[in-house]
Amino acid sequence: MADAADKTPLSFQDMILTLHAYWSARGCAILQPYDMRVGAGTFHPATTLRSLGPEPWNVAYVQPSRRPTDGRYGENPNRLQHYYQYQVILKPSPADLQEQYLGSLAAIGIDPLLHDIRFVEDDWESPTLGAWGLGWEVWCDGMEVTQFTYFQQMGGFDCKPVAGELTYGLERLAMYIQNVDNVYDLRFSDPVGDVPGVSYGDVFLENERQFSKWNFEVADTDTLFGGFRAAEEECKRAIAAGVPLAAYDQAIEASHLFNLLQARGVISVQERANYMARVRDLAKGSCKAWIDSQSERWSAQYPGWTL
Amino acid sequence: MDRQPVRTLECAISGVDAVTDFLLELRSEEIPARMQAGARAEIEKLFRAQLSAAGLDAGELDVWSTPRRLALIAKGLPEATAAVSEEWKGPRTNAPPQALEGFLRKTGLTRDQLEDRDGVYFAVIDKPGRATKDVLAEAIPAIIRSFAWPKSMRWGLESASSESLRWVRPLSGIVAIFGEELVPCEIGGIASGFATRGHRFHCPGEITIGSAADYAEKLRACHVIVDHEERAAIIRDGAAKAAADAGLALVEDEGLVIENAGLTEWPVPLLGRFDEAFLEVPPEVIQLTARVNQKYFVVNGPDGKLANGFICTANIDASDGGAEIVAGNRKVLAARLSDARFFWEQDRKTSLADHAKKLDRITFHEKLGTVADKVERVAKLAEWLASEGIVPNGDPALARQAAKLAKADLVTEMVGEFPELQGLMGGYYARSEGLPDAVADAIRDHYKPVGQGDDVPTAPVTVAVALADKLDTLFAFYLHEMTPTGSKDPFALRRAELSIIALILTNRIRVSLAYLLYLASKVWYGGCYLDFGGVEAMKSEIEESFVQHLRSRAGVQSFRTSSNDTRVTDAAMAIWSLTESFPQRLKVQQREAGVRHDLIDAVFALGGEDDLVRLLARVKALQAFMATEDGTNLLAGYKRAANILKQAGKDTVIPAQAGIAVDGEPMNAAPAFGGATEMDRALLAALDAAEPAAAAAVADECFTDAMAALASLRAPIDAFFDGVMVNDPDEAVRAYRLGLLSRFTGAVHGVADFSKIEG
Repeated sequence: MADAADKTPLSFQDMILTLHAYWSARGCAILQPYDMRVGAGTFHPATTLRSLGPEPWNVAYVQPSRRPTDGRYGENPNRLQHYYQYQVILKPSPADLQEQYLGSLAAIGIDPLLHDIRFVEDDWESPTLGAWGLGWEVWCDGMEVTQFTYFQQMGGFDCKPVAGELTYGLERLAMYIQNVDNVYDLRFSDPVGDVPGVSYGDVFLENERQFSKWNFEVADTDTLFGGFRAAEEECKRAIAAGVPLAAYDQAIEASHLFNLLQARGVISVQERANYMARVRDLAKGSCKAWIDSQSERWSAQYPGWTL
Repeated sequence: MDRQPVRTLECAISGVDAVTDFLLELRSEEIPARMQAGARAEIEKLFRAQLSAAGLDAGELDVWSTPRRLALIAKGLPEATAAVSEEWKGPRTNAPPQALEGFLRKTGLTRDQLEDRDGVYFAVIDKPGRATKDVLAEAIPAIIRSFAWPKSMRWGLESASSESLRWVRPLSGIVAIFGEELVPCEIGGIASGFATRGHRFHCPGEITIGSAADYAEKLRACHVIVDHEERAAIIRDGAAKAAADAGLALVEDEGLVIENAGLTEWPVPLLGRFDEAFLEVPPEVIQLTARVNQKYFVVNGPDGKLANGFICTANIDASDGGAEIVAGNRKVLAARLSDARFFWEQDRKTSLADHAKKLDRITFHEKLGTVADKVERVAKLAEWLASEGIVPNGDPALARQAAKLAKADLVTEMVGEFPELQGLMGGYYARSEGLPDAVADAIRDHYKPVGQGDDVPTAPVTVAVALADKLDTLFAFYLHEMTPTGSKDPFALRRAELSIIALILTNRIRVSLAYLLYLASKVWYGGCYLDFGGVEAMKSEIEESFVQHLRSRAGVQSFRTSSNDTRVTDAAMAIWSLTESFPQRLKVQQREAGVRHDLIDAVFALGGEDDLVRLLARVKALQAFMATEDGTNLLAGYKRAANILKQAGKDTVIPAQAGIAVDGEPMNAAPAFGGATEMDRALLAALDAAEPAAAAAVADECFTDAMAALASLRAPIDAFFDGVMVNDPDEAVRAYRLGLLSRFTGAVHGVADFSKIEG
């Protein structure tokens, strides 16, 4: 274990930069986070919409993800209402996707002959996106570090061809590599000369406190309900107007407002299924509109391709 | 036209005697552990079917699985299939031309190639033997294409088409070797070859397999143990040893052994320790957290109690001996146990009674109200079961208290996280807030027995709550006509019936089943029974209907009560349906105990018997009797008598001398009959003695004595059949003897309906 111990583990940002370099070298376009509040990297249109259709699509990006109900006011060492996912989409899924993925773990300092890496069945489903796929959660010494999925359907439509999706939980992975027990203790950046490094807590602890309070206690529920309805209407208008990308933004908005309403505890068990169905309809409608707007071009460029 | 040839002749060809082994390996990305056993069965089934269709017997097979491969070795296949000559029968030569055309199309022959045998066309088709290798080359893609996985997927470039190959995860390679030759085949862009791969991390490169003979050993050299049973043994023994080396004892868990064998190609059990402070959390919680979330074994200390150790199964021989792996797993487990301890502490800050107040937010079933509603009903019912003495020695107040709290743990954090801990956690929380043991035990065990083989509660308070809970569920669903149909039983109602039967029999609860269900219906309607006029009236109405139904089992299609109140009708209907269902469950429940289902029918068919304890005692006495020579002979005599009576019809006027009164009831001391022989008089005397003896024994529930009374009829009935002719030319004698037989079958019926008994 001499090699691994001698090297200072990567800081949080260096881990991201290493992953960027790794996937860039494998042909991925390195995108930036989507500029809206989303629950997971999958919501980024670069995954949701671009996993549909026949065109090759290889991208990697970091996506800040918000899960209002997971907020713990900065007091839980493992739980955050805002965290980062590292998302890789490779379409069509390459035959050596597992090997490429394992290479990325090696790149950030995980030695597979020292650590026990395992692919454990975990099929993925997103009821709000009308999406599902088969795959695994990847374990490193018993800890889930990545969700690995072969998309089969998105927005209720078959993925043809199938895209492979890798979703790394960056904080977990960093806590593992840096061997810290509290997320706020992560080295976010390393000191350079006189410039001190910062910790994850320096950057985000106060955010967690304030947003937990806002999510659970402060957010005005009438405004949220109103926003949900407005986003729903706007999504339908945008679909009708033939601008599915704009429609999808509204679907994302509605989804996040629903999550906030959940955190405020104002959606009953019975209503919950109803709201989820409404969000799913928006996401599916946007996906369908996206397909409708592109399928003529797809069919022309990829003879033989059908929905 | 025939689907099969009328004759198939095997023709000997050279080379058939040579035998060769075949290896098939289907390599893929990680197959879910839970699917591997099914996949092994599936590949064996499909392989046998493919070979059989080609006229080959697959013979002895080895089928193995790892997370990354499914392997099959067939031993001693012939080099070629036998040549056969098939003979097909065609239409008559004078049949319409369309028939002949059809036959020619089917056989692929021309008119002049057919043989005319006595006006019927025959086709003789010679099929040469095929090289087994060719058969296999076709079989492999067919097996892959028709393979049934619980869930399958598409992948890669090929998945642009809907018709692309499906597999459980991407299929990455096929090894197919017959003897030492490649069986060439290709599917979904994957061609067969000699190359496979070893362990993902220890030996990531390609390895070349020579034949079935070196397959397992070559893989072993590359850190892959292909035999799943061998891996299971390594885990089982290795985990036990790792525990023993630390002075601990492994808590055996065969399901976990198999799961870990399905997750590894090179299993290495490693022992780790967790913070002792976590042991304040109930051991079941720790075990479940370790098992479900992390697939770890747990260990006991020398005192037999759960110790602060766990065993994880790594998939590598780590370069540091596993220290980092153990450290990493310990950290993950610690985070999990912290959550569990948080729940344990959080849940106990609220009393069970306060938790129970939240049950009105949980829907039991949309038509059946909330769990809070159910709790109210179960509490009342449990109290009655105790206070009426149906469950002996049960304290009604404690039964009520336990039932009120039994479901409270459903709203706790811990049960929210681990639903399988329902009941158990309630028991822990009850004890920790100082409730009586009888209450805590009842909360803990009231779901029991869950399935056959589970412990059946015997503590009276527990029995009362367990019975009440299941009776309420059954009645409520049947009342709303949500009954099991065919293989569908979404609310596990059959299991609830089986549990009730087990509770009744184990605790020897003496009660009419219909009455129990009546109590459940009474609770459902808030304790009043409207114009049924009280318990006894309802009971007698239910019982009357029940008896009626049982007496004419075949004919009854529906059920009516005399009441105008639809609630009463609905309730009676539900109870009627349930009493219909219980005998079936009793047969299932008793099958394992070796009780014959026809004997249960024979007792049920008498009608009016729904005290399961008494019913079963009678069935068992009957079964013991039927195992004796007396029993089988008596049954033979009964069947003979019944046949004769059936043939005689019902018109015969039986003279009083046979001992049957005008109202059809048997009577002792019948007037003497001049035409009687010694055999007749002996049978009559035996009946006079046996009937009251059997009746008294049945009334006293001494069923063995009742059987003995029947046994006393065996010799006289045998002698009767041997010595006299029933259909005597003298009409008076014939009527007299028919009368004796009628009395005989009646006497037997007093104990069981022998017409239901098989054999």
